[in-house]
Amino acid sequence: MIAFDNVAYSYGGGELLSEISLRLAPGSFHFLTGPSGAGKSTFLKLCYGELLPSAGRITLFDREVRSLSRDDIALTRRRIGMVQQDCQFLDHLPLAANVALPLTVAGKASVPQDLSDLLGWVGLGQLADALPPSLSGGERQRAALARAIIIGPDVVLADEPTGNLDWEMSLRLLTLLVELNRMGKTVLIATHDLNLIRQAKSQIAARVLRISKRRIQLAGADL
Amino acid sequence: MSLLSRLTPDRKADRQADRVVPPSGHSAWLTSFTAGAMAFLAVFALALSLAAGRLADRWSDALERTATVRLSAPEDQMDLQTKAVLAVLSTTPGIASSRAMTDAEQRALLEPWFGPDLPVDALPLPRLIEVTESGAGYDGEGLRQRLAAEAPGAVLDDHTRWRRPLAVAAGRLRLLGLLSIGLIGTATAAMITLAASAALAANAQVVRVLRQVGARDAYIARAFVRRFTLRAISGAAVGTLVGMIGVALLPSTDTAGGFLTGLGFQGLGWLYPLTLPPLVAVVAFAATRAAAFRKLRELT
Repeated sequence: MIAFDNVAYSYGGGELLSEISLRLAPGSFHFLTGPSGAGKSTFLKLCYGELLPSAGRITLFDREVRSLSRDDIALTRRRIGMVQQDCQFLDHLPLAANVALPLTVAGKASVPQDLSDLLGWVGLGQLADALPPSLSGGERQRAALARAIIIGPDVVLADEPTGNLDWEMSLRLLTLLVELNRMGKTVLIATHDLNLIRQAKSQIAARVLRISKRRIQLAGADL
Repeated sequence: MSLLSRLTPDRKADRQADRVVPPSGHSAWLTSFTAGAMAFLAVFALALSLAAGRLADRWSDALERTATVRLSAPEDQMDLQTKAVLAVLSTTPGIASSRAMTDAEQRALLEPWFGPDLPVDALPLPRLIEVTESGAGYDGEGLRQRLAAEAPGAVLDDHTRWRRPLAVAAGRLRLLGLLSIGLIGTATAAMITLAASAALAANAQVVRVLRQVGARDAYIARAFVRRFTLRAISGAAVGTLVGMIGVALLPSTDTAGGFLTGLGFQGLGWLYPLTLPPLVAVVAFAATRAAAFRKLRELT
């Protein structure tokens, strides 16, 4: 689904990631952890084609990322739902329209009942008409998750999705992500919150990857 | 959960895609205002061009009229010299025909100045000979020399030739009007390009969000192009309407036939300015589309 083969990424003259080789199998659940600035966000951006590797080979859905045209990358992103820590929305559109945006840009109309159900699933059923600037941090994260999955992606990537949330809200978001994984979606969460990882491992078989010294290693049981 | 399985990709296309562009901003009124102002100016440039065209045609037509040989001679030699002049003219290359005007025709020419009772027979009036040029024209200097030799009292009056530089000037004026329209169109394209680029730069967050959710450049560009084209055509429609009203309020052509009083549209000419809003829309479409794709490549 997403495969890295001896990938390196350099920025500003220095190498941020090097010798990265891994494969995200369909239906898998991964955490990516490491200290701030280690390259977690960079790794996620490499995963959905926002950045290109300096060396090595990244394959997205069996196609080498360098061979993808701009349109191909756009179409690939429709198969990858992205939840970022600093979720951005179209502030002039109500929440429901923002959540339905992946369908809109794909030329598909959203079914009002489905959209309503989805908003209810993430606990935002009453805020369908609210404008994004009026939402709290937790509401924005859940809205971003709803937007990420509305088009039915194969992979969900989340970059510090609980970074601005309290513990209760973090657990709620984690539950949604776990539920998605149980439905067959591949999930990768970048986080430095080890408590969140421990909580998830109690619910689901998750692999934990750790970025250390520019490389990604499989973490042991010392979390 | 059955919900996600119901979110299948085969849904009816959303026709409100252009809503992704924020509705307001400086670029909005700037585009409308620019298109309106340019269309307003274009209406006057078009009116100038059409009026100059009519003037050039009128003066060009005048060039094709007959020249005149004015023959002054003693009464007993008048017929003889008239025949000599006609003989010279008939053998001059570039002259299609020539004929001596009758007394009645000469009286008619003088009537506006001297009244209908002018005794043409009693006055020593010169004989007027009407000359019609052929397409190639004739050698005026050569003809004058031949006339001087054959009929010393004959004077070639090619007074129509003063119209030639005027006709050329009118033609240039028409060209200037068309050039102005071209410049106005180019300036419109430049202004709208700047406005579109500014709008895209100001909406970098919108572009980022759209890209993150899988929007192709063509989709993003289309949303901006549609918005700017609609603004441009609406602004141009208002500008054209105001311009046409302005032209309609100009003094109409009077009998003096001055150029300025003839500035305006006539008959079907009033339809020409109606093509300006669609033209501005085409210019806006092309300019915004080019600017959008260029800016989107920069925003990568």
